[in-house]
Amino acid sequence: MTELAATDPLPKPKRDIAPILLPIALALVTIPLIGSPSTWLTLTAASLAMGMMIFIMASGLTLVFGLMDVLNFGHGAFIAVGAYIATLVFAPFAASVQADSLWVNLAVLAPAALLSMAVSGALGLVVERVLILPVYGQHLKQILMTTGGLIVAEQTLYALWGPQIIPMPLPTSLRGSFILGDVAIAKYRVLATLIGLAVFIAIQLVLNRTKLGLLIRAGVENREMVEALGYRIRRLFLGVFMTGSALAGLGGVMWALYREQVHASMSDELTVLIFVVVIIGGLGSIGGCFIGAILVALVANYGGFLVPKLALVSNILLMVAILMWRPRGLYAVTSR
Amino acid sequence: MTDLLKLSGVHTHIGRYHILQGIDLAAPQGQVTMLLGRNGAGKTTTLRTIMGLWPASSGEITLGGERIESRATPDIAQRGVSYVPESMAVFSDLTVKENLVLAARDGPMDDKQLEWIFGFFPALRRFWLSRAGSLSGGQKQMLSIARAIIEPRKLLLIDEPTKGLAPAIVMALIECLKEIKRKGATILLVEQNFFAARELGDNVLVMDNGTIVHRGEMAALASDVPLQERLLGLSLEAHQ
Repeated sequence: MTELAATDPLPKPKRDIAPILLPIALALVTIPLIGSPSTWLTLTAASLAMGMMIFIMASGLTLVFGLMDVLNFGHGAFIAVGAYIATLVFAPFAASVQADSLWVNLAVLAPAALLSMAVSGALGLVVERVLILPVYGQHLKQILMTTGGLIVAEQTLYALWGPQIIPMPLPTSLRGSFILGDVAIAKYRVLATLIGLAVFIAIQLVLNRTKLGLLIRAGVENREMVEALGYRIRRLFLGVFMTGSALAGLGGVMWALYREQVHASMSDELTVLIFVVVIIGGLGSIGGCFIGAILVALVANYGGFLVPKLALVSNILLMVAILMWRPRGLYAVTSR
Repeated sequence: MTDLLKLSGVHTHIGRYHILQGIDLAAPQGQVTMLLGRNGAGKTTTLRTIMGLWPASSGEITLGGERIESRATPDIAQRGVSYVPESMAVFSDLTVKENLVLAARDGPMDDKQLEWIFGFFPALRRFWLSRAGSLSGGQKQMLSIARAIIEPRKLLLIDEPTKGLAPAIVMALIECLKEIKRKGATILLVEQNFFAARELGDNVLVMDNGTIVHRGEMAALASDVPLQERLLGLSLEAHQ
């Protein structure tokens, strides 16, 4: 590349907006295929809510992947543990959950979510120290250790809570829908979308406006150089791992409320989706993860409506298509 | 002149390969020590071993009299050592400003120091808010050097900073490194460019097959063509 002379104008930074346009284009293309605008709006709102919940669960995993180069196949354990911990709060306060008051409902929901995040984060600390630490840099052993950890976690949940499905009813004020003309949008989906957006904005602010965020972004790209600058990246690893685990716990609570039930293997249906999101988003990219989660949810909902027989493979097909277009994901961050 | 950095009998293995085979070297305080040698001689491994990126298998490394060979890389950096790798390793997803903010470990960047750096590398001011990944090779090298000197450091380990750069950029780098030297920093510099080596070097060490095969003053080596041909396989004049 030739050097610019002092008088040359500054080059404008190129913004890669193609991935951002992708879900918008997908949504627009499906309008005529679905036919009914109200059905399309309902499906789109459902997709956004589902996408935000997947994003919350996947965001920690993508940072762990990118920053620590750790293949954590046990991420689903944090989701299930988060959901089970919420039931511990919901059960004794069932009357408050069923009360017809938003504030009373939130007075149970918020502590339940915070406790779930705290316990999942603490479990993340134990998992990183006990399972991950001995196998840094050894992918095959990471897969074995974390898969084993997931099995142990699921069986422990079975042993403690039993094999039965535990109902987790939505708080009364979150039931029902907002009606806009012919369109009904479930209240809980609106809340899930708002929480997902808030998490995304918070992560972006931390990553882009704080030195801690700079360290995480730099560490995702080149851990060795961050250490050579004098920063102890192991502590950063642990912090990111715990935060990712806590977010998975929050996602678990939200998914349990979405499904209105909890069971030990509830993460099984999510794990594939989460890995698809992390891979198509680009390892370590929060922006890619966010767009990937929306894409996965749109494809699942539109695909399920238009071609139900393809619903099971639609996200794998999406991943293949994205990786053929951009082999390192929508926003490649690491060279791994 | 006291030695800021000393290596005694340092061996480094990478996997099953025995790269450094008993290195003894010293970098005197406030001087530029050149590390020369053919490709694969072990120069980069020496810098990385000092930095703790590849741990020494045996031997002793002291910095200002303190042993550091078993310390972790961040500890070594916090003792005042900056490393500029051959790959430059700028954080391409971060802006020029963000790269330097991270490098200023001890607090906010010093404006005077920043202006001093801009004096040598005006491109960094112009691309202050541009992503480092969009810079040219020369500009990335400027950023990599700037990152190492944004705060005062005792020892700079610099690996082939002029490699592949345009002559004008090489001159700016040489002037910058001379100025850093005048400010009292100690530099251990791996360099293939003879002009840069002759301009900057006080002392020279020549490596071959993981050992030091020659040590002396840079000026003496620069004026002894037969010695250059014996040690390096070619005269330095032919390698600028």
